[in-house]
Amino acid sequence: MAKLTYRHAVARGIAQEMRRDDSVVFLGEDVAAAGGVFKTTGGLLEEFGGRRVRDTPISEQAILGAAMGAAMTGLRPIAEIMFADFFAVCWDIVANEIAKMRYMTGGQITLPLVIRAANGGGLRFGAQHSQAIENWAMAIPGLKVVAPSTPRDVVGLLAASIRDPDPVIFLEAKSLYAVSEDVEDGEIVDTLGTARAVRDGGDATIVALGPMVPKACAAADELAEEGIRCEVLDLRSLVPLDTRSVLESVARTGRLFTVEENPRLCGWGAEVSSIVSEEIFGDLTGPIVRITTPHIPLPSAHALEELALPSAARIAETVRKALAS
Amino acid sequence: MDYPERWEIDDDPSLDEAALLEMLRAMLEIRGLEDEIQRAFTKDLVRGSTHLCTGQEAAVVGACSVLRTTDSMVCTYRGHGAVLAKGASLAATFAEIVGRETGLCGGKGGSMHLTDAGVGAYGSFAIVGAHLPIANGLALAARQQGSDAVSLCFFGDGSTNIGAFHESLNLAAVWSLPVIFFCENNLYGEYTAWRATARVDRLADRAGSYGMPGVRIDGNDVIAVRRATGQAVERARAGEGPTLIEAVTYRHRGHSRTDPAKYRPDGELERWLKVDPIRRLENLLATRGVSPERLQEITAAARDAVRDAVEEALSAAPPRLEALYEDVYA
Ligand SMILES: Cc1ncc(C[n+]2csc(CCOP(=O)(O)OP(=O)(O)O)c2C)c(N)n1
Ligand SMILES: [Mg+2]
Repeated sequence: MAKLTYRHAVARGIAQEMRRDDSVVFLGEDVAAAGGVFKTTGGLLEEFGGRRVRDTPISEQAILGAAMGAAMTGLRPIAEIMFADFFAVCWDIVANEIAKMRYMTGGQITLPLVIRAANGGGLRFGAQHSQAIENWAMAIPGLKVVAPSTPRDVVGLLAASIRDPDPVIFLEAKSLYAVSEDVEDGEIVDTLGTARAVRDGGDATIVALGPMVPKACAAADELAEEGIRCEVLDLRSLVPLDTRSVLESVARTGRLFTVEENPRLCGWGAEVSSIVSEEIFGDLTGPIVRITTPHIPLPSAHALEELALPSAARIAETVRKALAS
Repeated sequence: MDYPERWEIDDDPSLDEAALLEMLRAMLEIRGLEDEIQRAFTKDLVRGSTHLCTGQEAAVVGACSVLRTTDSMVCTYRGHGAVLAKGASLAATFAEIVGRETGLCGGKGGSMHLTDAGVGAYGSFAIVGAHLPIANGLALAARQQGSDAVSLCFFGDGSTNIGAFHESLNLAAVWSLPVIFFCENNLYGEYTAWRATARVDRLADRAGSYGMPGVRIDGNDVIAVRRATGQAVERARAGEGPTLIEAVTYRHRGHSRTDPAKYRPDGELERWLKVDPIRRLENLLATRGVSPERLQEITAAARDAVRDAVEEALSAAPPRLEALYEDVYA
């Protein structure tokens, strides 16, 4: 057991898998010699050498194309797209090539590869370095979408993603990189598509993802003091989605709140809401409420970004009001 | 290889003293404002990240010195100097960086997105390479509207490895667009030396594959920058198409505020501090007979202008919260 930051959990997860499997390689911009711009991948070059841990030019299409080609013929690449926003410059490789290969070739080709990226806002980086893009990825058939909220989950879900036979978009919350917790020593391998209850309660279900999970927990703690008990579910992956856990919880509490960092239109919460409505409408005791960033580009100024992103206070207030009415 | 051949810069007799002093003023103000931004960071007045252009002032000032207000300019997140050189106000620039409502973009853009359409500064883009295609569009519109305005596009060495670079230079050449592709080769893209990411000797050589002229110049020589850009602008205005300029320069600070720049070989920064573009221009002015007192006067005036701008910006309010929903249409 030792303290592990979310940031260092990335290198630990990658190292764990690279030790176990020689076919795992890692590439990206400034990931090797510099250890990553978020200092997430330090030590990997030193341990595994320049053949397996590679710095690339600033060429996202070339990075993902190389990862894809290598995955087609025996390697298990991990590619880094530094900020998730930069997916937009290589989205062809992601959406048209990687996501479609297995299906389009009638199963001849599978792509065991992971694309990691620092996702989301909260650091005042402005409109082009702060986007939460989980809904972009979720909208493409053929991609798995994983987003850990704790250091332990970074290790375990990253390992599961690397071992997965299909392409995974792995979204790290850049606002959580500094967070730490005690994590046990030894190998950690988790399972994709398993949500986890991080707070128990029977009055409402709050479903959250990535950096919204600690905020939902803070809101639940605040509400608990007022006697409102919420179950907080950390989805951990959007694809595959653990619908069973969501449905079980909502069937018990009768109320569903989703907390999404992505802009509102077509956010994952809409999908969860639709599933719940279709499956267990009769168990609902009130309307489903989505708490999201408004449908706007993120502003840079401190007070404006603060206002835009869901906060613990906004979550608590929304739940409080909805349950009172 | 990537270092000025001589310390002295060549004079250009066609430039009068006023033009040289104007460029000096502009460079000093940029230097001063970047220093203030760095200071503001340590006081937590600037959030997020910021990318200073300290050391690269000759490139942006020399290039913009041959533009008209009606010419357009686009640049990168390392664009504070470029936007100022194109004519943006010091106070509004600083205010944007510290997130005030009087900022160029009302505080919604921030350090990486300084924009002042009124002076032809059509944006600072934080996605590497994103604005090269856009520079073509600015040039296309000028052409279509019968104007002889040109489009100046600043970008870094690292940006020449992104796909948009290839598409943009080719299209500009094919359509003979009035674009000046101005590469500030500051030797590094983030933490990686440019020579580790390319196998050509000079980035300017890449122009050849698009059928446009490419020149490599000393980017710390404001006169050389002005001359090369002037020639490219003339070609562009005359309808002869785009030019690629590679201006070799150096950023004195790390890539961004969190970068201590440990990847630089020992002594490299010191070598480059010796060829500080401001010192070299001051030296040229001295050899022309401009008195030390006159130079000091200009330095003091720049310092005062920066100080006043910072004061003005810091006394402004943060954006109103309602601004969050302004300019939202979809
Ligand atoms: C498409 C894209 N990839 C990566 C980045 C991250 N990034 C920001 S600046 C930078 C280095 C760019 O180097 P260069 O073009 O030489 O410009 P400089 O910073 O030296 O001015 C990188 C990789 C980005 N902003 N956009
Ligand atoms: Mg550079």
